[in-house]
Amino acid sequence: MEKLVQCPICHQEINANVLSNNLEVCPNCNYHFHFKVRERIVNICDENSFVEIDEHLVSLNPLEIEGYEEKLKKHKDKSNLNDAVVTGSATLNGEKIYLCVMAFDFMGGSMGALVGEKITKIMIEGAINNIPVIIFCASGGARMQEGIFSLMQMAKTSSAVALMNKTKVPLFIVLTHPTTGGVTASFASLGDVILSEPGALIGFAGPRVIQGTIGQKLPEGFQRAEFQRDHGFVDAVVNRKDMKETLSYLIKTHKVKNNE
Amino acid sequence: MSKIELKEMSERLSRVDKYTKKRTPWECVKLSRNINRPGVEDYIKLICDDFMPLCGDRLYGEDKAMLGGIGLIDGRAVTIIGNRKGSNLKENIDVNYGMSHPEGYRKALRLAKQAERFNRPIISFIDTPGAYPGLGSEERGIGEAIATNLKEFSTLSVPIISFIIGEGGSGGALGIGVSDKLYLLENAVYSVITPEGFASILMHDPSKAEEAANIMKMTAQDLLEMEIIHGIIKEDKDGAHVNPEFSASEIKKTINKDLNILTKKKPDSLVRYRLKKIRSIGASKEQESYSEPLLKVLQKIY
Repeated sequence: MEKLVQCPICHQEINANVLSNNLEVCPNCNYHFHFKVRERIVNICDENSFVEIDEHLVSLNPLEIEGYEEKLKKHKDKSNLNDAVVTGSATLNGEKIYLCVMAFDFMGGSMGALVGEKITKIMIEGAINNIPVIIFCASGGARMQEGIFSLMQMAKTSSAVALMNKTKVPLFIVLTHPTTGGVTASFASLGDVILSEPGALIGFAGPRVIQGTIGQKLPEGFQRAEFQRDHGFVDAVVNRKDMKETLSYLIKTHKVKNNE
Repeated sequence: MSKIELKEMSERLSRVDKYTKKRTPWECVKLSRNINRPGVEDYIKLICDDFMPLCGDRLYGEDKAMLGGIGLIDGRAVTIIGNRKGSNLKENIDVNYGMSHPEGYRKALRLAKQAERFNRPIISFIDTPGAYPGLGSEERGIGEAIATNLKEFSTLSVPIISFIIGEGGSGGALGIGVSDKLYLLENAVYSVITPEGFASILMHDPSKAEEAANIMKMTAQDLLEMEIIHGIIKEDKDGAHVNPEFSASEIKKTINKDLNILTKKKPDSLVRYRLKKIRSIGASKEQESYSEPLLKVLQKIY
């Protein structure tokens, strides 16, 4: 029996293999399903070029919150990842890049001290070695279990972007579904170029919180990628199948030295 | 011991008693939100010889929830920014309970850049439950506004001192809180989310806010022990609202002491020190030295 997956938007039943061969995008309505970290890396990097950095690092429990360690372990076992971001170096159409891919399936992609540290470290390495940094964001925001240390990662990652800006090394951000909270209010909003996958939810406060504040239903398409583009916060909405070539174009054009 | 000495000593002891009182985190949360608690405008009146508020972000509008302007403290010109919360219901509504829209953060950044241009130190007074989670706020990019402030404040070349005087609520507080020196008032709190939010998300029961406050490590003492803040500003034993003059004079002393040192530093060493401090928070212990790459990149810049 072939496995069938139903598209949540157009409700068409899709053969799982067809979906997988189509980069987890609905062939009927272009709905972008969740894309796992490893699939993303294969999709973006040249074959076998990705070398992971800091893969052994794991989160601590700085506030000694009960049950946090068990939760981390559960997510580790389930996702086969050590935490909510994978970072490394690779080539993209032959060009050297540093790549960070956030994992929404690991505790909602939340940013604790480890996620902030790994992303900061990559950006600083990029600034030193003059290598562009690409970050695929997917996060519900700061990791509540790490309290104030999570909040401080917003300042830390943003200060690393300041260093990239000052050394004139490009930062390319790709917003994927969903990117909210403390990640939106830090590095995810600070790319030299900010791209987004179609339909991704992008915002600071989540829709439920806003609905609770204003006491009325939110307009259709509110906070979606296309909405953010139309409001001036996203440069382009790019289909998954075109993402690698789009990034390749950006890397190439940022390499051109017009004064030489 | 002479009678005079004895009298002096007992007076000193009573003063110590007057200004220290151990509170539970939840008591601090409640006190930090007390409607009579002195706000940024009260402290400006008590600290500054003079002050002129300045309006607008030059992009969209004026956000009353974010106060900004130029003040004189003992003859020294400083730029002051701070969250206005209001001290009665009418004022609360007028300033949106201290919750800024993007234009508030952009106004703060405009004034900070202006301060940098004219070599004025920046003092921020933080007192907000958070940035405003509403339609207009999202449409005009509240996330981008806060993010940009975090980035820009981290490399401003003038001294920045921040005081959390009441509620330090999450990204909305941090948006004017990246600084060289960060202080909490004794009964102020600073956290990634309100205890109510923490209880509702992690304990699935918003009524467990008190329990949440107890484990969130959000009090001045906790934050000092975790090296997030540089010091604690004393309040009257019954809270800053009972004796605003006292905490104001403690704040003023701290500002003068810090600025005497910070204004003598060269801009690049000021920024290096700030970046190093930000970089070190939550850096994994098992990892090799984090400061070396940072120094390398700073050498490239400065």
